[in-house]
Amino acid sequence: MTENLMLWQALNRALDIEMASDESVFTLGEDVGLYGGSYRVTEGLYAKYGEWRVRDTPISEGGFTGLGVGAALTGMRPVVEIMTINFALLALDAIINMAAKIPFMSGGQFPMPLVIRMPGGVARQLAAQHSQRLEHTLMNVPGLRIVVPATPQDAWWQLRQAIASDDPVIVLEHELLYFEKGKLDPVTPPPPMHQAIVRREGTDLTLVSYSRMANLAVEAAQQLAEQNIQAEVIDLRSLSPIDWETCARSLHKTHRLVVVEEDCRFAGAGAEIAAGLTERCFFDLDAVPVRVAGLDMPTPFNAELEAASIPRVEDIVSAAVQLTGTASRSG
Amino acid sequence: MDRDTLHRFLYDMLLARAFEERAAQEYSNGNIAGFLHLYPGEEAVAVGVIHAAEPSDYLITTYREHVHALVRGIPARQVMAELFGRRDGICKGMGGSMHLFDKQCRFMGGYAIVGETFPVATGIGYSIALRDLPEAVICFFGDGAVNQGTFHEALNMASLWNLPVLFVCENNHYQIGTEIHRHSAVVDVYKRACAYNIPAEKLDGMDVINVYEATRHALAKIRAGNGPQLLEFETYRFRGHSMADAGNYRPRSEVSSQASRDPVETVIHEAGIGYPSQAEIAAAGPDLVDQLVCHVSATGHFNEQHIENVRREIDDVVEDAVQFALSSPSPTLQDARDSLYCNRRHETLLEASHHD
Repeated sequence: MTENLMLWQALNRALDIEMASDESVFTLGEDVGLYGGSYRVTEGLYAKYGEWRVRDTPISEGGFTGLGVGAALTGMRPVVEIMTINFALLALDAIINMAAKIPFMSGGQFPMPLVIRMPGGVARQLAAQHSQRLEHTLMNVPGLRIVVPATPQDAWWQLRQAIASDDPVIVLEHELLYFEKGKLDPVTPPPPMHQAIVRREGTDLTLVSYSRMANLAVEAAQQLAEQNIQAEVIDLRSLSPIDWETCARSLHKTHRLVVVEEDCRFAGAGAEIAAGLTERCFFDLDAVPVRVAGLDMPTPFNAELEAASIPRVEDIVSAAVQLTGTASRSG
Repeated sequence: MDRDTLHRFLYDMLLARAFEERAAQEYSNGNIAGFLHLYPGEEAVAVGVIHAAEPSDYLITTYREHVHALVRGIPARQVMAELFGRRDGICKGMGGSMHLFDKQCRFMGGYAIVGETFPVATGIGYSIALRDLPEAVICFFGDGAVNQGTFHEALNMASLWNLPVLFVCENNHYQIGTEIHRHSAVVDVYKRACAYNIPAEKLDGMDVINVYEATRHALAKIRAGNGPQLLEFETYRFRGHSMADAGNYRPRSEVSSQASRDPVETVIHEAGIGYPSQAEIAAAGPDLVDQLVCHVSATGHFNEQHIENVRREIDDVVEDAVQFALSSPSPTLQDARDSLYCNRRHETLLEASHHD
């Protein structure tokens, strides 16, 4: 049953299956219909389900995201695609003030079965207004769930779980992952949507990451193994809530933490991850946790500067080498 | 118009006024805190519009929504308890004055960010249209909201896809303290709808029967498949924007001249015994005369005693609501967590700290 396919195809199939099995599922966004989606995620669905269930919208992010909120209030299961996370800034009222708060403000009367999918991350020379991650903004909003799939397998299950969820779920996709291939096993039962997974076992340090950077962390761990440093790699898969337990178990074993994130370091997701794990695992740690993160600057257009502004495999390797070189655990 | 309908208008308008005035008093007593936006002066809009809707229609409204909630059928007890922030409030004390919700009544919420309701209404309309149901959604908004981008985005989409949405403007001429001439390049709100090919008209919002008939007419057009409609009702709020607002930006003469158009007095008058005097006919203006005479003569009359009885009945309802609110406990932090996580299915959260 297992096959190899690209991440966009996994998302496409997940959406297709959910739309086929539940008539309350529909999708909308700019160019999701006739055009087939900017990253092909909705390809073929317009022909199959028609314009009412695969709706091309005007360029009105605040409007159509709020439309998704309204439809979810009546029991529909809308999947809103925001073309890139950069445009989600125009929809933050719908996301933060409404989707995240209505279930709470109504005293639990209204579920919010809304999914908002959006690609983000630093892609290839798209410049500052088309290259950023805003997970920290969304992580600070109680009531939202955020999943960050890094593989076709996770994309497939997490999108399906997000659609089935009665909570508002943001699916943060990465523009550079859509056309990466991976295995899809549609049979093995999935872990819960928010559960982190150990992508690689190790004993010397723990690399905690998510989305595209988790893949880079796996690569870095392979290189570190050649230097006899065994890094354990944890792919968080979910940024809200965060599966602290899986991370804590790992740190209990390795005693050293490197957090890898693509976004700006200052007040980013990595700050929360490092602080959260320091609070929980202080007596397990042999050294101060290290953050490998993007530079605190808008993404430069120039290719070399762009590459230098976010973590590369060698940055992760060198941080890990430096950390494991610090004094070994006393007692 | 039949006597029962008139009676319901009368009851709801008197209840609306009494409830709001009591809320103001309870605010001064310290039982209600936060922002409290009261509705006196605008009752005819809520009562006329909501009575014209079917129970299967959805309503979505603003932060000045207590009266919409009451007219829609949410018990005064639960509205008052919510204003008090108590556990037996309609939202368990999590929403407060500006965020009343009732799923059963299809009361889809009061919202405190001006203009954010337009897209939500459009979404409810989309879901109705997608399923081809004989329903509509009514979206209340103030004149200040039409300068938000969401107004234009939502009207465009509603018109583009022919959605069953009735946009109802409660034009009280003020966005907080800024008069409409100072906030809008186009002061006739209804004219903006023509930019999106949405039929719209401007009407007197101080006359409940007028509001009711116009709304019924608009909803009939929507149900016949004609897509969204917009009604602008000219009205006036007698109080400030909220209890925190003394309203110094309005000349006293303006407020007192509007008070003579008090919609509550108007409905009592219309429901009252006998024909109006010549002076009253002249004062009401020619458009109201036919209506007035027609209703009073054709529908049976209410006498002073009847109106007095209704008032007394309402006094009891409002007093009971306040006592109910006072006796309701405060919600606990666990209640708050339950409201936040009530929809999490299939999965147990790992975060122990949330359940300490």
